[in-house]
Amino acid sequence: MTTDWTWLVPLPVVLPLSAAGLTLALARRPRLQRIVTVVALSLVLVVSAGLLVLADGGPVVVDVGGWAAPVGIDLVADRLSALMLTVSSAVTLCVLLYSLAQGQQDGESGAPVSIYHPTYLVLSAGVANAFLSGDLFNIYVGFEILLAASYVLISLSGTGERIRAGTVYVVVSILSSILFLVAIGAVYAATGTLNLAQLALRLPEVDPGVRLVLQVALLLAFGIKAAVFPLSAWLPDSYPTAPAPVTAVFAGLLTKVGVYAIIRTQSLLFPEGRVDEVLMVLALATMLVGILGAVAQDDVKRLLSFTLVSHIGYMVFGIALGTETGWTAAIYYVVHHITVQTALFLVVGLVERYGGTTSLDRLGGLAKLAPVLAVLFFVPAMNLAGIPPLSGFLGKVGLLEAGVAVGTPLAYALVVGSVVTSLLTLYALVKAWNKAFWQTPPEELPRTRVPATMAVPAGALVAVGVALTVFAGPLYSYTERAAETLIERTPYVEAVLPDGRRGLGESADVAETDDEPGSDDAVEVDP
Amino acid sequence: MIDMSPNLTLVVVIGVLFAAGTYLVLERSLTRVLVGVAMLSNGANLLILVAGGAAGGPPLIGVTPEGEMSDPLPQALVLTAIVITLGLTAFLLAMAYRSWQLHRHDEVQDDVEDRRIARLAARDERAFEDTDTEGDGETLAEEAAIARDETDRGGPGSGAVDHGPAQDDEDSTAGVTR
Repeated sequence: MTTDWTWLVPLPVVLPLSAAGLTLALARRPRLQRIVTVVALSLVLVVSAGLLVLADGGPVVVDVGGWAAPVGIDLVADRLSALMLTVSSAVTLCVLLYSLAQGQQDGESGAPVSIYHPTYLVLSAGVANAFLSGDLFNIYVGFEILLAASYVLISLSGTGERIRAGTVYVVVSILSSILFLVAIGAVYAATGTLNLAQLALRLPEVDPGVRLVLQVALLLAFGIKAAVFPLSAWLPDSYPTAPAPVTAVFAGLLTKVGVYAIIRTQSLLFPEGRVDEVLMVLALATMLVGILGAVAQDDVKRLLSFTLVSHIGYMVFGIALGTETGWTAAIYYVVHHITVQTALFLVVGLVERYGGTTSLDRLGGLAKLAPVLAVLFFVPAMNLAGIPPLSGFLGKVGLLEAGVAVGTPLAYALVVGSVVTSLLTLYALVKAWNKAFWQTPPEELPRTRVPATMAVPAGALVAVGVALTVFAGPLYSYTERAAETLIERTPYVEAVLPDGRRGLGESADVAETDDEPGSDDAVEVDP
Repeated sequence: MIDMSPNLTLVVVIGVLFAAGTYLVLERSLTRVLVGVAMLSNGANLLILVAGGAAGGPPLIGVTPEGEMSDPLPQALVLTAIVITLGLTAFLLAMAYRSWQLHRHDEVQDDVEDRRIARLAARDERAFEDTDTEGDGETLAEEAAIARDETDRGGPGSGAVDHGPAQDDEDSTAGVTR
C-alpha cells in the first residue's frame, strides 16, 4: 500500500542537507540563501505531513541505497517518528521565519546569515535523521549532525558570554556522545547488530544482567541529552545566552530528540521496563528540582530554561509508567511541549527586543505598552502551566490518569508531584507576568518597535499551540495509535524485516544462500 | 565460529585511556579537557573495535575463508566516529583559542548567574523588589547582615549587578530566594 511513497522518507534529511550545501555555495547572495532555506524547510514540512498520513497505515521503511536492513541502514517512519517530524519541522519553519525577520532588522552584524542558514539547515537535517533512523549508530550520527550544528549556533558571533556558556554545552554534549558510543560498542558486542528491529529480536536472548547494563548505558547517554535531573545542570546555564531564535529551537527540539530516543529504545528494545521505578524517581526529581530552580530566577530566559528541565520530568513520568496510556500521554506531552516552549522563547525574544532586557527586575508595564505582546506571552504561559482547556492541561490530565491507573505508591507520589510542579509552574509564570507586564517599570523602557514580521511567526506558533487544544481529539487518538504500535512492537519489526531476517534490498539473496554470513553472526557466543 | 575473546592489551589500553581521559576532563583548563575528550573518544573507538572480535583476514568473499574474516562493521563505525571526533576536536580547539583571545585564559568558568542567585539565597535576600508588597524590612536586613556571604566584599545588596538597594521586607509570600 505504501510502496509508491517510500521515497518520501529520506527527504526530511536529504532536502535540508542539500540546501545547506547550496546555501554555503551562495554565501555571497543572502537573498537567494533565504529563499533556498525557506523553500527547503517548507518542503520538509509538507513531506513530514505526508509521512504523518502514510505512517498511520503502518511504518514506512526505506533500506537506504537498496541494501537490506540489518546489513544496510534503514530509515523508518512509524507513527511516533512521523508525528515528531511534523511538529519539529513546523517549529523549525516558524523559528526560521522569525530569525529571518530579526536578521533583516539587525543587519548582517546581528545574525551572520551566511553561517546561520547552512548551520540551521544542518541542524534540522540532524533532527530529522535522529527521528527517522532505524539503526542505533545512525541515531548517533543524527545526534552528531544536530549537535555539531548546535555548537556553532550557540557560540554564534563568539562573544565572551556565549563562549563561556558554549564551552560547558559543548563539553557536556561531547561527553554524552562518547557515552552513547560506548553503549553502542557494548550493544554490538552483546548482540552483533545495531539495527533496532533486529535488536528487538535478539536482545531477549541476551543475559538479563548484560541487558540491564545496556539499557542503563543507553539511558545515561540519552538522559544527558534530554536533561533528566541529575544530568540536567548544563541546560539552564547554556541555553539562555544564545540568540532568541536559537534558544527557542534548542529548547523546543534538542531535548525532545533525547526524549524521543528514550521512548524509542525503552519501548522497542527493553519492553520489560526493569528500570521503570528508577525512572519514576528521576522524573519526580526532575520536575521538582527544575521548577524550584525556575521559581528562584529573576531572568525570564533562565526561568523558562528551568521550566524546560522541569517539564522533561512529565515526559519521563509517562515513559516510566510503561502502560499504553502512559506512552500516549507522554507522546502528546512531547508534542505540546515542543510548540509551547518554543513559542514562549520566541515571545521572550520579542520582549527582550521591546524592553531591551529579560531581567524581571527591569521590565514592567508591558501589558499596557504592548498589549499584543502580552497576549502572545499569556496564552503559551498559561498553556505551559496547564490551565484548562489548553493542551498542557490535557497532556497533564492524561499523565495523571495513567499514573492513577498504575496505582502503585510511587505512581501516586508522581501524580502528586506533577500537580505540585504544575502549580509551581503557574506561580513562576504568574510572577514573571506580574513583574514584566503589570508592575510599573523601575525605569523607562527603551520601547524599541517590534517588527510585525517577527511577531507573526511567534504568533503563528502560539496559534499552533492553541490548535493542539482545538484538535486535541484527533491528535490524542493519533498518539494513542502511536503508543499501540510501540507496545505491540511487531509492526515495527515486521516492517523492517518482513521475513524476520532481512529487509527488502540488495543483500537478500546472499543472506539466503549463506546462512551464517561472517559479518553479523559473531553473536551467539555472548553470555 | 570466530574467536570472540578480546585482546588483553587492547582492553588494558582502553582502561588507561578512559581513566586518564576522565581525570583530564575534570580539569578546569579547556586545553586539558580537550586532551581528555580525545583520549575518551579514542578509548570508545577501541572499545567498538574490540567488540567486533579478533582481527582476521579482509572480509572479501573468495579471498578469505568465511571463518577467518574480520568483522568490517565495527571498523566502519570507528571510521565514522573518528571523523566526527576530529571535527569536534577542531571546534573545541577553536573555542579554547577564542576564550584565550577574550580572557587571556582558557578556563571553563562557572555559571555567573547561578552564583549570583546562590549568593542572594545565602543572604536570604529578594532577587528584586516588589512595589506592591513593600514592607519595613528591618528583621530581614538584620538577618542578611549575619548570613552575609564571605566572598562578597560589599555590604548586603551590593553583590548583585543589577538590583536595587536592599529594601527587604518580611512579607512571607515573597519566598522567592529561599
